[in-house]
Amino acid sequence: MSLIKEPDYGTPPSKASDTINVTIDGVQLQVPAGTSVMRAAMDAGVKVPKLCATDSLEAFGSCRLCLVEIEGRNGTPASCTTPVAEGMVVSTQTERLKKLRRGVMELYISDHPLDCLTCAANGDCELQDMAGAVGLRDVRYGYAGENHLSAAKDESNPYFTFDPAKCIVCSRCVRACEEVQGTYALTIDGRGFDSKVAAGMDQAFLDSECVSCGACVQACPTATLTEKSVIDIGQPEHSVVTTCAYCGVGCSFKAEMRGTEVVRMVPYKDGHANHGHSCVKGRFAWGYTTHRDRILKPMMREAITDPWREVSWEQAIERVASEFRRIQETYGRSAIGGITSSRCTNEETYLVQKLVRAVFGNNNVDTCARVCHSPTGYGLKQAFGTSAGTQDFDSVDHTDVILVIGANPTDAHPVFASHMKKRLREAAKLIVIDPRRIDLVRSPHVEASYHLPLRPGSNVAIINALAHVVVTEGLIDERFVRERCDWSEFEHWAAFVAEARNSPEAAAEVTGVPAEQIRAAARLYATGGNAAIYYGLGVTEHSQGTTTVIGMANLAMATGNLGRPGVGVNPLRGQNNVQGSCDMGSFPHEFSGYRHVADDATRSMFEALWGVKLDPEPGLRINNMFDAALDDSFLGIYIQGEDMVQSDPDTQHVVRALAAMQCVVVQDLFLNETSKFAHVFLPGSTFLEKDGTFTNAERRIGRVRKVMPPRAGLADWEITLAIARAMGQPWNYQHPSEIMDEIARATPTFAGVSYQKLEELGSVQWPCNDRAPQGTPVMHQDGFVIGKGRFTITEYIPTDERSSRRYPLLLTTGRILSQYNVGAQTRRTENVMWHGEDLLEIHPHDAEQRGIRDGDFVKLESRAGATSLRATITDRVAPGVVYTTFHHPATQANVVTTDYSDWATNCPEYKVTAVQVAPASGPAEWQERYRELSERNTRIESHPAAVAK
Amino acid sequence: MSTTIYIPKDSGALAVGAESTAAAIAAEARSRGLPVEIVRTGSRGLYWLEPMVEVATAEGRIAYGPVGPAQVPGLFDAGFLEGRSHALRIGRPEDHPFLRSQTRLAFARCGIVDPLSVTDYRTHGGYRGLERALALGAEGTLEEVVRSGLRGRGGAGFPTGIKWRTVREARGDIKYIVCNADEGDSGTFADRMIMEGDPFVLIEGMVIAAIATGATHGFIYIRSEYPHAIATMQAAIDLARADGLLGSRIGGSSHAFDIEVRVGAGAYVCGEETALLESLEGRRGQVRAKPPLPAHAGLFRRPTAVNNVISLASVPAILSEGAQAYSQLGTGRSLGTLPIQLAGNVRYGGLYETAFGRTLGELVMDVGGGTASGRPVRAVQVGGPLGAYFPQSLFDTPFEYEAFAAKGGLIGHGGIVVFDDTVDLARQARFAMEFCAVESCGKCTPCRIGSVRGAEIIDRIKTGEAVGANLALLEDLCDTMKLGSLCALGGFVPYPVLSALHHFPEDFGASPRRSAAAAD
Repeated sequence: MSLIKEPDYGTPPSKASDTINVTIDGVQLQVPAGTSVMRAAMDAGVKVPKLCATDSLEAFGSCRLCLVEIEGRNGTPASCTTPVAEGMVVSTQTERLKKLRRGVMELYISDHPLDCLTCAANGDCELQDMAGAVGLRDVRYGYAGENHLSAAKDESNPYFTFDPAKCIVCSRCVRACEEVQGTYALTIDGRGFDSKVAAGMDQAFLDSECVSCGACVQACPTATLTEKSVIDIGQPEHSVVTTCAYCGVGCSFKAEMRGTEVVRMVPYKDGHANHGHSCVKGRFAWGYTTHRDRILKPMMREAITDPWREVSWEQAIERVASEFRRIQETYGRSAIGGITSSRCTNEETYLVQKLVRAVFGNNNVDTCARVCHSPTGYGLKQAFGTSAGTQDFDSVDHTDVILVIGANPTDAHPVFASHMKKRLREAAKLIVIDPRRIDLVRSPHVEASYHLPLRPGSNVAIINALAHVVVTEGLIDERFVRERCDWSEFEHWAAFVAEARNSPEAAAEVTGVPAEQIRAAARLYATGGNAAIYYGLGVTEHSQGTTTVIGMANLAMATGNLGRPGVGVNPLRGQNNVQGSCDMGSFPHEFSGYRHVADDATRSMFEALWGVKLDPEPGLRINNMFDAALDDSFLGIYIQGEDMVQSDPDTQHVVRALAAMQCVVVQDLFLNETSKFAHVFLPGSTFLEKDGTFTNAERRIGRVRKVMPPRAGLADWEITLAIARAMGQPWNYQHPSEIMDEIARATPTFAGVSYQKLEELGSVQWPCNDRAPQGTPVMHQDGFVIGKGRFTITEYIPTDERSSRRYPLLLTTGRILSQYNVGAQTRRTENVMWHGEDLLEIHPHDAEQRGIRDGDFVKLESRAGATSLRATITDRVAPGVVYTTFHHPATQANVVTTDYSDWATNCPEYKVTAVQVAPASGPAEWQERYRELSERNTRIESHPAAVAK
Repeated sequence: MSTTIYIPKDSGALAVGAESTAAAIAAEARSRGLPVEIVRTGSRGLYWLEPMVEVATAEGRIAYGPVGPAQVPGLFDAGFLEGRSHALRIGRPEDHPFLRSQTRLAFARCGIVDPLSVTDYRTHGGYRGLERALALGAEGTLEEVVRSGLRGRGGAGFPTGIKWRTVREARGDIKYIVCNADEGDSGTFADRMIMEGDPFVLIEGMVIAAIATGATHGFIYIRSEYPHAIATMQAAIDLARADGLLGSRIGGSSHAFDIEVRVGAGAYVCGEETALLESLEGRRGQVRAKPPLPAHAGLFRRPTAVNNVISLASVPAILSEGAQAYSQLGTGRSLGTLPIQLAGNVRYGGLYETAFGRTLGELVMDVGGGTASGRPVRAVQVGGPLGAYFPQSLFDTPFEYEAFAAKGGLIGHGGIVVFDDTVDLARQARFAMEFCAVESCGKCTPCRIGSVRGAEIIDRIKTGEAVGANLALLEDLCDTMKLGSLCALGGFVPYPVLSALHHFPEDFGASPRRSAAAAD
């Protein structure tokens, strides 16, 4: 294994299709028009010296090392900023150029510390490389002149340092912050020799608008911006390409290693989802993998109030098998079940659902997608026949109108948000439908044409109103609808949305959004060119989540915005593998590939493949499992990598149900909240410790590669395998690739997927089979899977969860950039510097009425429960709406959320809870009780001092 | 019947007390019960005679100057309202040799008219060029400007008509005319004079440019150090708009064009066209790499003609008099007239518009009258702080682009700064490096670091430290800066430095034989 060094072509590729003939240093070649001379030279095998150029950024022309000579032209133009022209003859190395480059290099080094041997970038420094390349032998200016060598270091950021003494002012960091990340946190301050890189208004990096995405560190050619991990450890010696385990963007990273120690995670340029970009989580927040809280030995106990006892893997597995068998024998076959994890690999998820179906002999399997995107699967399947987003991420490059609804991409899907913002800066227009003024509404060089700040819970009303405008103002794409959709269903639907009760004027009363704004947004969506909808949990986590998904599908079909790049209906999926866990058959009613368990042909295929009889009846959903636990009919559960106590709604109900079970098996990295109610703890492995695949929000299957052995001894798939064997099934997989081979054999949409293909293509988007051997970036190009696209009536039915005199405010919840979901990982990294606790956003008007000041402790109470946390006063939320995150178990925001859920899928209504907020003196009663319980239930015998974190 | 008195309110005149003079004349006339009408004009450009006061008489306008408040009662006593004799009487300005020997096209009205009188502008031949342009249409206008041979007066000397054609042929949903009025070269003031003295000629030039290129929006980027020019231009634009010469239907035609004034923030480099565009867009004034040329992708990445004030102010006369007449003036490829600015240690400092081709010596000695100090002329710097220093031995160089380039110099914006024999050219060379260090945008390495190192080397040379090695290093550095810099700021600093070194080696402690070396 060696360190992967991706070639740097200096400037981005040209998108032109016509080619031009050039001759570079005697080599004749053809390159696309618009290619820079520098890039063409690379194609010709000539590396022109450069410092300010890198192929992730537009050419800048400041370092003046890449100068060349062109026949028939005066002077020495920069090869990065000069495009090729037909017949151009270029010389990259002449006496004049050599002297010139040495002259420039001599100037650089006259203002640079000469500490190469002790410099963190030693061996990975472009300045050092270029000094070598140009043959610098002497700096005649001496080192006594004016310089920046005593400039102070900024070490405020937890992950990287900024050492201006080593800065060559190439602006690569500034340009990366602008062009790649789109945050504009960096600038060049001062001019001439005093020019320097500054964060924000010349602040410390940590205090500036910097979002720590790492693009600047990645772009820096010297040691000026350096990962602290590199300073601590040294340069890596080999690297392995893998897929990030945070959000559904699924960024490709190079894990740069020294032995089995990660030195740094570097976004991979050839990653098709991220194209070399990253966010603070994937780039830097991997320290949890070696955090002292990791549990590295299996543990068990008789009662959840007992301390944990460390045991061998054999003992733990034996205990799981015997308990599950005992429960089944006593309470019936369906008294146990399993939960697959959207954090684990496809292969691991597949094995868990296979364990439930083939070994437990029932279909009691569910997954955390139940509580996030289950309405997406249901709704999109209903309309188009496929339970997944329609586009690839790159589709946004062709979009003219971006409609973001119920999603906050800059926090939750930051890398795709940067991609989106790039397109918005270029040309596209933006509509945001969200109760909060999310960052996208107005951020540097991006401003939404329309922000419709609707009341939580009124999504369907606004979608219907948009459709009303499209239909009544004649903005439908009739040709598309006639060709691609069921016309009579369309007519039926069109008549429905055209009714006055679905007009913007009617919707204005329900949503609080002025009718004219809705009309204008609808016109822009329907007539602005390629229009694409991007949505998140703000759509799905409602009592009408599925209805909204179907409503958006209707809107896209009616306007012909499907089946080509630039358009579509695109869920921004929350977790790294939530798409995959759904694809793998994690729902109680579906096998892999979304085939119903009652379908005899599919079931008998699986029976033949697995060699067992399978249950034709759908099993229990998560919420049914909890209800059944309280009826004593569901008493054993195997939970792989999900923290239901913190993440599921109505925490007190979840806790009661878990406490009622007889064998709760938790497989996780940490003693999470759910483990406080567990009898057996099986230590899991991180994405760095195993092989497998993740499937991201664009259906892209990417490889996860092991860079270190599992710290607890077994990869998660090996644990499931061991349980199956202990329960009497002779499973035999030597490697996850064999599991994928089985998935491919059993699942038509995955038929062409294999590890070998993933090696060849890097990644592939399903469907991948004989009809699409290279995968499918954009779906429904030639038709819908179900034939004609289906329009379904989407009646707006207000949620029963309404504000009242007792609970006058509406709570909605979400994520923040630096933290991830329940925070099990990110809370165990330096990311806590940005978000150390959950805060309640409240409008100044509502705060004033209640005598709440910024930073005060407040009690947040709903009919389900109460918790307390600090308030932050902001007009980002409208009056009447409050908002918080659910990253910290100390807050337990889900104590407040209710048991209401989506009518079709039981996806919880996290996004609307009627609450009251009042000043508080400290933690709520529940928090006090829970803290005591936590302390008691997380004791470990061999570690008597261990307490809840 | 009242007498009309013309008093400049040009910044140059104001700087020497024109405001007090005007007040004193008004007060004196009032106290004597003499009816006078005071018209404030631009300057005629005879700065050593400012404040120059003109009185309308039967024989025409009679000038007196320089008139301070103290001289006012005496002038009244002498009957200056009738043009009578007085020690300060100059006579008819047009008969003054400094004016009589000029060919004033761009400056035809400057100093004569009330800058903000549309009527004055029209009665003195204004808008005739525009009328012809409207009659010729875009293509005809473009052709006329191309045939005139007009080259950019900002310094680069690029043919204006060709630039306009490029903009016209470039694709863009909107096109811009940007007037570069960030006049920052030492010893230059022509742009300011026009904007303060005859703003409508600039507006007319921009409107003609708009017709020729298809641009609909114009910006005048004026340096903040020119408050009077900013105010006058702004007022003139408002008047022109009210007069229908700007707006949706220029002069009743189908052309739409409007102009906004934007003010710079004190950076010399923003006179460089791409840095100017960055600044106009609200960014840090930093040079862009070319290509793309502003004509293809300029302001907000749209096709943009960036032209100097004088280039644009020269256009109305080209249209009204015809390309033929214009191109008959001048010499070689330097056609038409150039407003030359005589400054520094010069006896007759001012604005002198003349056809290309007069020798440098004529301009300095005959027109300028040698030094103000009365000492011998030792050097002149032509073309601003980045122009070369010429010794007397090069005074036979004709004032035109190619001849100057051949002698290692440049005409630039037409500024000539005169030095007498007390000048230390090594200090001037250091000043050039220092100027570059202060004004560099900091983007490219040769300029950002090279200018600082350049000043340090010259300091070492001046203290006699390893003179030979340091001179060699200085020459290498100049080579790196000249070939390596991104824009003309760093790229042209070698002109003053090397010309000083080559023509005046003794000031550097170098052996005089260097003077034999040809200028670069």
